[in-house]
Amino acid sequence: MAANASQAKTARGPDAAFILKKAVISALVALVLFSLMIGIRTEAGSDGQLTWWTRFGDLAAMVAVVFGGSIVMELLRRWWGPVDTVRVVPPSAQKVFSFAGRALVPALLIFTFLVPVIFYDERYILDLGILVLTYVMLGWGLNVVVGLAGLLDLGYVAFYAVGAYSYALLATNFGLSFWICLPLAGILAAFFGVLLGFPVLRLRGDYLAIVTLAFGEIIRLVIINWQTLTGGPNGVSGIPRPTMFGIPLTPGDDGLAALLGIEFSPTHRIVFLFYLILALALLTNWVTIRLRRLPIGRAWEALREDEVACRALGINTTTTKLTAFATGAMFGGFAGAFFATRQGFISPESFTFHESALVLAIVVLGGMGSQLGVALAALAMIGGFELFRGLEQFRMLVFGGAMVLLMIWRPRGLIGHRAPTVFLERNTVISSDLVKEGHG
Amino acid sequence: MNINDILSVENLTMRFGGIVAVNDLSFTAERGKITALIGPNGAGKTTVFNCITGFYKPTSGTIRLRNGDDEWRLEKLNDFRISKIAKVARTFQNIRLFPGMTALENLMVAQHNTLMRASGFTFLGLFGVPSYRAAEKAAIDLARYWLDQIDLLERADDAAGNLPYGDQRRLEIARAMCTEPALLCLDEPAAGLNARESAALNELLLKIRADHGTSILLIEHDMSVVMEISDHINVLDYGVQIADGTPQEIRDNPKVIAAYLGADEEEAIAVMEGET
Ligand SMILES: Nc1ncnc2c1ncn2[C@@H]1O[C@H](COP(=O)(O)OP(=O)(O)OP(=O)(O)O)[C@@H](O)[C@H]1O
Ligand SMILES: [Mg+2]
Repeated sequence: MAANASQAKTARGPDAAFILKKAVISALVALVLFSLMIGIRTEAGSDGQLTWWTRFGDLAAMVAVVFGGSIVMELLRRWWGPVDTVRVVPPSAQKVFSFAGRALVPALLIFTFLVPVIFYDERYILDLGILVLTYVMLGWGLNVVVGLAGLLDLGYVAFYAVGAYSYALLATNFGLSFWICLPLAGILAAFFGVLLGFPVLRLRGDYLAIVTLAFGEIIRLVIINWQTLTGGPNGVSGIPRPTMFGIPLTPGDDGLAALLGIEFSPTHRIVFLFYLILALALLTNWVTIRLRRLPIGRAWEALREDEVACRALGINTTTTKLTAFATGAMFGGFAGAFFATRQGFISPESFTFHESALVLAIVVLGGMGSQLGVALAALAMIGGFELFRGLEQFRMLVFGGAMVLLMIWRPRGLIGHRAPTVFLERNTVISSDLVKEGHG
Repeated sequence: MNINDILSVENLTMRFGGIVAVNDLSFTAERGKITALIGPNGAGKTTVFNCITGFYKPTSGTIRLRNGDDEWRLEKLNDFRISKIAKVARTFQNIRLFPGMTALENLMVAQHNTLMRASGFTFLGLFGVPSYRAAEKAAIDLARYWLDQIDLLERADDAAGNLPYGDQRRLEIARAMCTEPALLCLDEPAAGLNARESAALNELLLKIRADHGTSILLIEHDMSVVMEISDHINVLDYGVQIADGTPQEIRDNPKVIAAYLGADEEEAIAVMEGET
């Protein structure tokens, strides 16, 4: 232990000078850059003449931030950074991390279950929780395609839209209940997944990405233009709210509140929606975890690792890819049906490329293939987005910066390593530098 | 096609634009024997393999594979079906393992088709029916057997990409064997191995032939491997067969030595050294 610590120290000795040097250089660059941008402020005066004054205080603060930030960044990079850097995490810190790692999943799960209890009176938090869980579910769904099978899909929102419109149209036109429409929405979305899958089977990498992107746009344009069916840009309104297996959550005599003999509150519905999306997300997670350990899941991952070797082993890569697209699409369809019933109104505006990009960002930031990573990334992205609301127009800037920093520290996402699906003796994790990203 | 032959390549030609990589090549491989395919660099050996395993569609010619009562025309089958139904497995000149998966997982992926059927095409497996669990256990046992055969049992749970080069070569052979092939095609399995590892490879291949009756088609530059274990050798140069026979006959064939001398001096010396 003592030897360990001293070793860590000697390893870090020369580093301190290096980090400091790097920070000084960064600060100097910042000084040169900002001396004109921030140090001197110019403005047109009242008569059109140039007035200027200095802001050396602000400049000094900026340079100090860069200096400190550089040190912090370098240290973080060393601790959690990519593999090529020498990682020097003190043993004590390591212990804390490993404990935190093991306790994280149960703690998160318990906390999520308790959110409606803790925040019962805070509608905003409950709504945010539902939103986060929706994206967790979408992330987990897309993770099957991108993270496991390694197929870059930029049009995932198409399946979300198919699910949402399936429910909306079936419910408003035929009066079918949510619980009948939910599987139908999943099946329809899966069907569209196969439909997308066929033309893109031969495509790889950038080409695959572009065609999936186009597919997402085509679905949206069809929805906008097929006015007689979808209502076009006006969308579909009056989508029935979900019932608790037939019992509506309304103030009426047959409502849940009346049946239970408690006072009606609109929060009941929100809480119900919260647990509904939680159940759907956990179902997605459960199925994905099971699938990973089945031959089909292993074939997906093998496909991501080496498609040629898969074919040499007798794996039909065509059907393997199609099942990946269909499975991911099905979960997207479920999420879409939930979205429709929650909103009560849907229009093509909800299904733009922005959504696809957001879900993909969640998967990539989370660490492709990692269920926990995706959940954390969804929480950070959607929650963080709300957190920065106070920054108004700077929100996107801060957010973009945070994402860039994250990708510098963890180029393979929050949780980049891979857990084996089967083991003989030891269940060791596989470091991210060995795991392929697929050809997407 | 002789009754004892498992594979018969007839008048195989493969053109890439103006290049004729394989030119009207005919040869056979006997069941339960090790047949070698040798020749200088660029002779077209890998191209022949790619035609047999369906990665290339030959320009012309037929490739017959007889397994029991079944006869397959490989040039008409899709690549994955050649492995799945015609039972031809292969390794690659540049190792193609699944580097981010463990050694054990690599061998499990190789048993995909068996496990897929056992899992009721996923639906039964999703609910963990006992018959699937039994099939998975059998698959793990088969993987364990092969890991033991290649001396990698200790490293079963390590990522394939983390294994030393020689181990990766052997793992790729084990993975091919997990598909339970009738014909095993090995593309330079001894490339990059040291003398001790080559000797171990010889033993492994002889054992595969003896214990499993698997016929082996072998491309190899390492003459210590080829001359020692082959039953029959075909020599290729510029896509044409220039000689075939037993190791002894090939060793004494002046045409072969000339081909190697013309192509690469060191390899010719290796051939002649194999003689002494
Ligand atoms: N896909 C391809 N496209 C064009 N030419 C090819 C292709 N594959 C092989 N060739 C050419 O065919 C010839 C034979 O190549 P091949 O790889 O079969 O040789 P080889 O006998 O395996 O050589 P080595 O011992 O170096 O592996 C070479 O001239 C090569 O350039
Ligand atoms: Mg070759």
